[in-house]
Amino acid sequence: MTAETTAPAVLRPARARLIPRFLAAAALVLAFAALLSLSLGPTGITLTSLPRAIEAWIFGTDDAAAAREQLVLLDIRLPRTLLGMFVGAALAVAGAMMQGLFRNPLADPGLIGVSAGAALAAVATIVLGNTMLAPIIAPLGIYALPVAAFIGGAVSTGVLVAIAGRHGQLAIGTLLLAGIALGALAGALTGLLAFGSDDRELRDLTLWSMGSLGGASWPKVFAVLPFAFVVALLIPRMVRGLNGFLLGEAQAFHLGVNVERTKHLAILATAAAVGAAVAVAGVIGFVGIVVPHMVRLVAGPDHRVVLPGSALLGAAMLIFADVFARIVVRPAELPIGIVMAVIGAPVFLHLVLKRGVGGFG
Amino acid sequence: MLHASHITFEIAGKCLVEDADILLEPGRVISVVGPNGAGKSTLLKLLTGEMQPTDGHIRLDGRLLDEVNPHELARRRAVVPQSTALSFSFTVLEVVLLGATVPGFGLRTDHLMGVAYDAIASVGLRGFEERLYPELSGGERQRVHIARALCQLAAAETPGAEPAILFLDEPTASLDFSHQSIVLGEARRQAERGRAVFVILHDLNLAAAYADEIVLMHRGRVVAKGGALEVLEDELLSEVYGCPVRTNVTPPEGTPFILPYIGAV
Repeated sequence: MTAETTAPAVLRPARARLIPRFLAAAALVLAFAALLSLSLGPTGITLTSLPRAIEAWIFGTDDAAAAREQLVLLDIRLPRTLLGMFVGAALAVAGAMMQGLFRNPLADPGLIGVSAGAALAAVATIVLGNTMLAPIIAPLGIYALPVAAFIGGAVSTGVLVAIAGRHGQLAIGTLLLAGIALGALAGALTGLLAFGSDDRELRDLTLWSMGSLGGASWPKVFAVLPFAFVVALLIPRMVRGLNGFLLGEAQAFHLGVNVERTKHLAILATAAAVGAAVAVAGVIGFVGIVVPHMVRLVAGPDHRVVLPGSALLGAAMLIFADVFARIVVRPAELPIGIVMAVIGAPVFLHLVLKRGVGGFG
Repeated sequence: MLHASHITFEIAGKCLVEDADILLEPGRVISVVGPNGAGKSTLLKLLTGEMQPTDGHIRLDGRLLDEVNPHELARRRAVVPQSTALSFSFTVLEVVLLGATVPGFGLRTDHLMGVAYDAIASVGLRGFEERLYPELSGGERQRVHIARALCQLAAAETPGAEPAILFLDEPTASLDFSHQSIVLGEARRQAERGRAVFVILHDLNLAAAYADEIVLMHRGRVVAKGGALEVLEDELLSEVYGCPVRTNVTPPEGTPFILPYIGAV
């Protein structure tokens, strides 16, 4: 039941008319971002080589140039682009869900410690994976990191909900402060693990703290697929409940929402999205704040638009940020977390300043 | 249809509602009055299923209230709490539509739009449909939430179904005279259409003018119940409110006396 199909034109609210166009535009932006990401890189190979690369991939090749094109386009840029799309969409949707759950547009998995919890679990898996935790971790293979990060994210989110929701309603100030404390604690424990790690592990760990898509590969793409699937499956079950939550927990109950179930689904989906994203790309902040904010500005706060719109624009934004990170200091790369923080922190400040006048966008 | 028998709600050793008996019936407006902290809002929360009584039972058509699931409950009653904090910029129409889309009653969009527009018009907000909620005044916001509840009840209505209940917690608190009468007039109309209305009011004059039955609460207990003439009685009110109260007496000559033209539905 949506507001676009059967209503006569006079009765349709102005914003509802915009929604299909908005989503189409977001999809176009994403397509453009993906093409850009596929065609830019330090090797100078462009999309014009794509047919040859695909041919080499299907039929095999002896031509060194074609093999190189196949490697760059299909084994390096394509998985990186796909992974970027997933990470961006996951973080943006997770941000939108947390904001709905906590009724606060400032909630972001990166800010309130969910990403930090996921990173701690991932780092523990890297550092202890060969020694203490080996019997548990080895059988999980490529899924070890995402699963660990998912559990870390779920535990942090659960703790936050328990702390901030003690008195029935989730207290927003408590949430942010508890999230900061939780994030600091997880950061400290991560540091402690890093302290005891060797050089190779340390390099991996640095990546986690700043975020990067540099290690993208097909196995990583396959590792996040089940998580993307689970999140995509959970979202339609939550949109109505999250819309109810925007009015408050009691009001959501009055409107027939199963409050506890919606909370649990949202926590599960957030942890799955953030866990998988952190496992493959490290901690990238602000995507979850900036993107849902932009969507709400244009299309309104209804989650039936905010969630799909955030997924599309989040994917596009992360790819743009990654392209920028790749080319601005080439042949070296900036950590993408730094790029996102430079874009995101001012938007966050803008939201804080706006808070006093007429609510949030 | 909704019957609370001997309900008590105790928290941390304090009795917020004690041994209350309430019967909500189709076609009747019941108004709960009483001083601050008398337990009126707690009683409303118990009757809406938001909280469970620590003692006693509430039955909806004979079924225990806590056994009715939230979705089914949303078809049978709508609630307008004292205040609703909404910091996201929905338009008025979007907020009102939440009353039907969050429960997901599965209406066709054009029908749903008609229902929402009617609800908005019935609280005197016609023309406000595309205004942003955070930019409205307190009284306007309050009426938006009343329209949202009306939209919920209208959307949930199916032919032959059991009648629904409208719960209002101080709906007139930030309204001027004319809007008070619009909102309470609408509450009366809801009763005339066969719904039950439960409304908490601070203004005894409004309660007298609009309610079929007045429930006077004091320190968690129902101290009087009945028609306006029986309940709004000098001695009882003076005791309950802890200050001298006189009913039906106009002030001495020369003192202005302001009373809205109420009672006209």
